[in-house]
Amino acid sequence: MKQVLEFEKPIIELREKIDELKKITVDSDFDLSKEINTLEQRLEKLEGDIYGNLKPWDRVQIARHTDRPTTLDYIENLFTDFIEFHGDRLFGDDESIVSGIAKYEGQPITVIGHQRGKNTKENIRRNFGSPHPEGYRKALRHMKQANKFNRPIVTFIDTKGAYPGKAAEERGQSEAIARNLMEMAGFNVPMISIVIGEGGSGGALALGVSDHIHMLENSTYSVISPEGAAALLWKDSKQAQKAAESLKITSYDLKELKVIDEIIPEPRGGAHRDVLLQSQFMDKVLKESLKQLNEIKTEELLEKRWEKYKQIGDINEPSSL
Amino acid sequence: MLKDFFSKKKKYASIPREEAKQDVPEGLMQKCQGCQKIFYRKEMAKNLNVCPECGHHHQMSAYDRIESLLDYGSFIEWDKHLLSNNPLAFPDYEKKLEKDIEKTGINEAVVTGKGKVNGLDTAIAVMDSRFRMGSMGSVVGEKVARAIENARIESMPIIIFTASGGARMQEGALSLMQMSKTSVAIQRLHNAGGLFISVMTNPTTGGVSASFASLGDYNFAEPGALIGFAGRRIIEQTIREKLPEDFQTAEFQLKHGQIDKVIPRHDMKRILTTILDIHQ
Ligand SMILES: [Zn+2]
Repeated sequence: MKQVLEFEKPIIELREKIDELKKITVDSDFDLSKEINTLEQRLEKLEGDIYGNLKPWDRVQIARHTDRPTTLDYIENLFTDFIEFHGDRLFGDDESIVSGIAKYEGQPITVIGHQRGKNTKENIRRNFGSPHPEGYRKALRHMKQANKFNRPIVTFIDTKGAYPGKAAEERGQSEAIARNLMEMAGFNVPMISIVIGEGGSGGALALGVSDHIHMLENSTYSVISPEGAAALLWKDSKQAQKAAESLKITSYDLKELKVIDEIIPEPRGGAHRDVLLQSQFMDKVLKESLKQLNEIKTEELLEKRWEKYKQIGDINEPSSL
Repeated sequence: MLKDFFSKKKKYASIPREEAKQDVPEGLMQKCQGCQKIFYRKEMAKNLNVCPECGHHHQMSAYDRIESLLDYGSFIEWDKHLLSNNPLAFPDYEKKLEKDIEKTGINEAVVTGKGKVNGLDTAIAVMDSRFRMGSMGSVVGEKVARAIENARIESMPIIIFTASGGARMQEGALSLMQMSKTSVAIQRLHNAGGLFISVMTNPTTGGVSASFASLGDYNFAEPGALIGFAGRRIIEQTIREKLPEDFQTAEFQLKHGQIDKVIPRHDMKRILTTILDIHQ
């Protein structure tokens, strides 16, 4: 069963109508080709109108689509020789993060990403893509290894957020996230992050202190979920739609806020419509990104990383006291 | 500079504040949030806002904190003039900022600068939870990052007192990125061999807890301080389980190996002095 998104309903209804008329044409002698043609033109225009004018909340729905491609899908399409490795060597293996080594265009890399499931069973195994501290510590272990062997690091960001649980707190969720932010700042290798779905707050950021940050067109990156913000602001999580607009969480917003580098276009209707095409779009940006970073000397890379984060923010600094 | 502040504080004392109406009876008396007993406000203030009866540590303004730690007259403030913008044009944000500036007498939720602790030089940043719950937006991130950079450049240790509900929602992803900015600054400080002492006070949660607050060479906390990543209510809703009373307190974090030591306010200056001295 395909998940139908609210804003797509007019398209689906029109398409069903066209299919119905086509069926009638086949089953009977009526010639409805003219009507069908008109409706198909209308569908084309409707699709253009709807997909060309997606509201922030529509994009939230696409980013959360159950069929939306995940980290493992992109790893398969973009890299060769991928081998996944497990465990943080301290507590356990958190399957809401996958991590391993691979080759990209022949170059060895380390790849790490949040991993959601596409059905209930997988989601339970993957904890809905919400990591515990051991997930972040596994990621850190592999990033340190990448640093040792001079491999660039590519991360995929796709999480509602770090898991808000008792055990997660007991094992130092804050410390695990904070340490990743700090350590990522100091690695001598190129680091590239791509937000592929939801970028939920600190739990997303813990894989995201990179030299280049890119976002898929319909992905989101936010300090708090729209529902969470609505609950705080208006004591009503149903106002999430409004909050999604106020919070400025789309790829276009983040580009304008100078938080991200590139917006990676999506196939019409979203990445789930054509995973291969989506992977090609990503490949193009990733290739260029890595090429640029490969050419920068280590010292300059680290300095640029600092410059990048130093400038983020909007401050009113009066020139005189 | 501290003198200025005290005269300001007196001026404020007679003005009824909304915050005060909710928390404590206004005026001469103050109710302890621990044992609920009534005390003279003056008596409580003289005791560093620690209840003389039950030892409950009440919130402390940034300037009171600085005054309690630094040698008299040694404090030089940095970046006092920085003000927040409203980058997302978030509804009502400016109004809220203006109200907090008026209420607290400070421009943002952190005060930074340098001074001496028993003659030992140190940079210092103190968050003030009365301002937007100590939340971190662009200005807080910037001031903290600049203080860390100054400490690195001047080869000085830095002590940061945190008190924060987390990242500031009204500045969206820009707030989130202040976690990166401050953490990258800390990395540079550590890389240069600089000393960073983090002291978490009530509350230190969310984006501040998950960035610089947890990255000290030494991570300390005041007794009873709430410290954690996710909020209690959200955790309870997620795991459908009632959490223990002491969940996410300083003592809980100590028990779980997440902090180095719980330090009562009255011992703070002495212990910080010893640590600064050992790192001379
Ligand atoms: Zn008391």
